[in-house]
Amino acid sequence: MNAIRKFFDKIKPNFEEGGKLHAFRSLYDGFDTFAFVPNTTAGRCGTHVHDAIDSKRIMSLVVIALVPALLFGMYNVGYQNALAAGQLENATFWGMFWFGFLAVLPKLIVSYVVGLGIEFTVAQWKNEEIQEGFLVSGIIIPMIVPVNTPLWMLALAVAFSVIFAKEIFGGTGMNIFNVALITRAFLFFSYPSSMTGDDSVWVAQDAICGLGYSVPDTFSAATPLGEIAAGATSLSSSLTDQIVGLIPGSIGETSVIAIALGACLLLWTGVASWKTMLSVFVGGALTGWMYNALGLSPLTACQHIVLGGFCFGAVFMATDPVTSARTEGGKWIYGFLIGFVAVTVRVLNPGYPEGMMLAILLMNLFAPLIDYCFVSRNISRRAKRATQK
Amino acid sequence: MANVIKLRKGLDVNLKGKASLETTQTKVEGQFALVPDDFCGVKPKVVVKEGDSVKVGDALFVDKNHPDVKFVSPVSGTVALVERGERRKVMSVRVDADGKQDAVVFQEKDPLKLLLESGLFGFFRMRPYDVVANPEDKPKAIFISAFNSMPLAQDFEYVLHGQEKEWQAGISLLAQIAKVHLGISAKQSAAALTVAKDCTVTIFDGPAPAGNVGVQINHISPINKGEVVWTLGAEEVIFVGRLALTRKVNLTRTVAVAGSEVKAPKYAQVLVGQPLAAVLDGQIDEQKSLRIINGNPMVGVKTPKEGWLAAHATEVTVIPEGDDVYEMLGWIAPRCKEFSTSRSYFSWLRPRKTEYTMDARIKGGERHMIMSGEYDRVFPMDIYAGYLVKAIIAGDIDRQEALGIYEVAPEDFALAEFVDSSKLELQRIVREGLDILRKENA
Repeated sequence: MNAIRKFFDKIKPNFEEGGKLHAFRSLYDGFDTFAFVPNTTAGRCGTHVHDAIDSKRIMSLVVIALVPALLFGMYNVGYQNALAAGQLENATFWGMFWFGFLAVLPKLIVSYVVGLGIEFTVAQWKNEEIQEGFLVSGIIIPMIVPVNTPLWMLALAVAFSVIFAKEIFGGTGMNIFNVALITRAFLFFSYPSSMTGDDSVWVAQDAICGLGYSVPDTFSAATPLGEIAAGATSLSSSLTDQIVGLIPGSIGETSVIAIALGACLLLWTGVASWKTMLSVFVGGALTGWMYNALGLSPLTACQHIVLGGFCFGAVFMATDPVTSARTEGGKWIYGFLIGFVAVTVRVLNPGYPEGMMLAILLMNLFAPLIDYCFVSRNISRRAKRATQK
Repeated sequence: MANVIKLRKGLDVNLKGKASLETTQTKVEGQFALVPDDFCGVKPKVVVKEGDSVKVGDALFVDKNHPDVKFVSPVSGTVALVERGERRKVMSVRVDADGKQDAVVFQEKDPLKLLLESGLFGFFRMRPYDVVANPEDKPKAIFISAFNSMPLAQDFEYVLHGQEKEWQAGISLLAQIAKVHLGISAKQSAAALTVAKDCTVTIFDGPAPAGNVGVQINHISPINKGEVVWTLGAEEVIFVGRLALTRKVNLTRTVAVAGSEVKAPKYAQVLVGQPLAAVLDGQIDEQKSLRIINGNPMVGVKTPKEGWLAAHATEVTVIPEGDDVYEMLGWIAPRCKEFSTSRSYFSWLRPRKTEYTMDARIKGGERHMIMSGEYDRVFPMDIYAGYLVKAIIAGDIDRQEALGIYEVAPEDFALAEFVDSSKLELQRIVREGLDILRKENA
C-alpha cells in the first residue's frame, strides 16, 4: 500500500498547477481518490467528524447490485443464441456464458469509455472532481439495450445523453432525467428498427471467436411483450422461464431472480428507497389487474410485472435518487404512477410493446411537480401558523 | 407533570473519550482573551486600551450597532493586547490576569439593564439568525435547553450539582423579562431541572439533536416571521444566577475536556477566555497530528492549542486530525472500524455501546446533493432540510423564508452534515444564508 501511495505522491506534482501533465489533473484525481479515501479534513467550523459513507461507495453498491443481472444476462445471450440455432443440447453452460460475455463486453467497454471520457473532460474543463454517477449509468446502459445494438449507435447515444441529459444541467445530482434511460430513448426514437423493429434484434446471430452459433439472418424471436403486441393471446414461454429469465429481451432485464438479488442489496443498504420500489410494483400490479379484469390485456398482473423491463426499471431506475421524487410522500405517488403508466402504455398503445422506459422518463419530468405539492403543503402550514397566532 | 415530547428522528454517535465525572481546578493565571468572533453578528468596538487595568465585569468591547451590549472581562488584570487581523478586524482582546479577581458590583435593579450592564446579555442569542440578541426586541419567550445531546458534550446535570441555587435564581431573573421555556432530557432527574420554578418545563425524549434549543423551539412554539425568541445556554443561566445573587459577574464554567486523544478525559473548572493550555497541558500527545475543538466534534471551532476557551464552549474536545491516514479502496473495502449509518459498513453489527475513534477527515469528495431523505432522518423539525439548503445555495430569499429559515441555526444541521454522503458543508451554508438574510432584512 505504501508503495502505491508513494507512487501517487511522486507523480502528483506533474498534475498540479504548472505541472506538465496539468491537463490530466481530473484523471489523476479520479484515480487517486479511487485508490485511497481522500484525507481532506473538515473545515475550521462545522461538523468535524463524518460518516464513512460517500457517493463513491453508494455508486459502487449499485454497480454490485447490478452484477447478478449482468452475469445472468450474459448467460442468457448465449442461451438464446444456442436455442435459436437449435443447439441447446450440445451447448455447455460455460460455452454459453463466455459467448454472452464476449457479446456484451464490447458494449460495456464502449459505454464506459465514451461516458467516462466525457465526464473526465468536463471535470477537467470545469476544474471539478470527477463525479462517479456514470459508474452506474455506464453499466446500466448495455443492460437495457438489445444484444444486437451496433456499437457506433451505442457510442452516439451515450455521448448524447451524457452531454445533453447530464452535463448541461450541471452533472450528477443536477440532471432531470435518468441518463441511462435517455440513452435508450435516444436509440429507441432514432433507430427504431435496431431497438425492436422486426424482432431480429434480441438474439445474437453470429459466432464470436469460435464460441456460439451462427443463426440465419432471417431468424427472429419476439419478446413476450412483443408477442402480445403482435396480437397473440397466449405466450410461447412458461412463467418459470420468464421468472428465471430465459426469454429474449434486453440484456439485463430478463431475470427476475437476478434483479431480486440486486434489489435485496439496495434495500438492505438503504441505497434505494423501498417506498419508491414498492409503490412501482403496487402501481403496476393494480393497473395490470384492472386491464386484465376489463379484458383489455391477456396478461395477468403478475405477468405484467415479470415481463419486459418492469422489474429492472422498478429496482434500478425508478429509484435513482436524483431523478425521482425527493419527498417521502412524493415517493409513493411517483412510484405508483410509474407502475400505472408503464402498464397503461403496454396495454393501450399498440405501437409500444413496452412502456417502462417512457413511464420512468415521464415521471422523471413530473417528480419535481409532485415534490412541489408536498413542499408547498409544508410552506402553507407555516404561513397559516403565522397568521393564526 | 411536565409535558413529554418524544422525538424519533436523530442519531446518537458514540465517540470514545467521554469525560469522567470528576472536576479539576485550574488557576486564574496567564493571558485570557475574549474573541469577538465567538459572538456571532457583533461588530466589535474596543473600549479599552493596552495597559488599562480592568476588573471582572469591565467591558472590553461593545457592539457598534448596539453600544449597550457589552462584552466584559472574565478576569481582573491589565489589558495586554488588542489583536487585529486583516483590515484591522479585532481578533481578540487579551488581558493579563492578576489572579485577584476583583469584580465590579452592579446595583442596577431592572433585570434587562442589569444583564446589559454586566455584559451577560452578550451571551443571549436570538432566533431568527442565531446571532447575539438585540436588547430592543421584545422576545416572545426565552428558551433554555438543559442538555446537550451531541457526542462528548458536557453533562449539564453533573455541572449543575452544587449550583442549584444560582440556577434557579437565573431562571427567576429571566422570567421577569419574558416567558421562560426549559427543555430537559428524559434521562435527567435532578429536582432543580424537573421541578424548576418560574418556567415551563418540557421533557424531550429522543436521540441527538433533541438537546438543540432550535429543535425544542420547533416543537414547543415554532417561530413565525416577525417573531423573535432569545436563547441562552444552560450554564450561562448559572452566570445570570450568580449575578442575581452576588451582583458580581463570575464566568466560571465546568467544561468537559474529552475526546479519544485526551489522556484522562474529565471536567475542568475554567473561566471563559482561559488559555486552552491550562486544561490540555500534559493531556495530549503533542507529536501527533491532532484537532483541538472549542466545543464538541459536531458543533465546534477548530482552535490551536495556543487558543482560548470560546465564550459559548461547554467542552473542549481533541480528536485525531487524520491527515496522515491513507485508506485504500475505501469505496469497496469493509472498513470494519468505521462508523456509518449506512449498512454498507458493518457498524450496525456491533453493539450499541461500541465507542468509536473518529478523525476529522470528511471521507469523501464534495458532490451535489444526490441522495434524498438523508437529512430528514436526523432533522427532527417540521422543515424540509434538503429543500431549505437548496434554497440557500440558490440565494432565493423568499423561498428560504417560506421553508422556515427563521427557525434554524447552523447547529441544527450538524447531524445532517455528519450523515451527508455528498459531504456538503451544511453548517457553513446555513450560516452564510442567515448572514445574507440578516443583511437583507436590516
